[in-house]
Amino acid sequence: MPDGMLRRDEASAMRSDEHQFHLAIDSRLENIELVQVVLNDTLERLGLDEDVRHWVDLATREAVANAIKHGNDCDRDKTVEVDVSVDGADVVVRVADQGGGFDPGRVEDPLAPENLLRPTGRGLFYMQKFMDRVDYGTRAGGGTVVTLRKQVFAPGAAAAAAAPNGDSDGGER
Amino acid sequence: MKIEVRNRDGVTVLEPRGKITIGVGDVALREAVHRELDAGRKHILIDMSGVTTIDSSGIGELVSTYTSVSNRGGKLKLLDLPAKVSDILQITQLISVFETYDDEDEAVRSF
Repeated sequence: MPDGMLRRDEASAMRSDEHQFHLAIDSRLENIELVQVVLNDTLERLGLDEDVRHWVDLATREAVANAIKHGNDCDRDKTVEVDVSVDGADVVVRVADQGGGFDPGRVEDPLAPENLLRPTGRGLFYMQKFMDRVDYGTRAGGGTVVTLRKQVFAPGAAAAAAAPNGDSDGGER
Repeated sequence: MKIEVRNRDGVTVLEPRGKITIGVGDVALREAVHRELDAGRKHILIDMSGVTTIDSSGIGELVSTYTSVSNRGGKLKLLDLPAKVSDILQITQLISVFETYDDEDEAVRSF
């Protein structure tokens, strides 16, 4: 079992969907700290160690910062929604903005020699490195949805822990 | 984030404490380095031991300040990287750009 990974039944006897949260924040960078506090509390309650919490926090910060800056253009009338859930063995963070859409294929490789000293362009790279999977989608009504997924529990234990509730889906939309 | 500034044998030692993240620590770091450059102090050592989190904007600011200092004929080096900051510099391959030290005496002598 990788470092920081817990059996679900060791982590908590609570139902997985009690570990979810939903936040809708306006597009101010200061609100990233609010997301961080709620996220950290949630991950701590799940029994995840400081290392795992740190990397999930960093990836989430990047997703929220991108949603605020590049998605919503820091327009305070637009919101960023953050949902955190447990889906089987994974923690899933979903960040949605109200922007004009985004093509991740257009982002340049920050490790290319010509980009190494660029001050920007590492946000997606952070997400991809610190999480197991990053998916991009379109939000109903416009905007981008970024879904970050990281396995934090042992798979067998997660299924067993979720079974009594009859709902192993943590609610990823 | 707070940044302590001290001088040692002609080297400015900056000690940021806390998060170097978007909109907060990144700006503070930029301003601190530029204050030193504007005052003609071009040998800058950043003691990273008190940095708890550094996001992509913070890394970008480190790169940007490194470039600014180099362009003015100075040197910017890093001291005492916490494990997580070191991991990030490895992952971003910036560890090959920065001179890093574990020992302050050695770092100061290297300028």
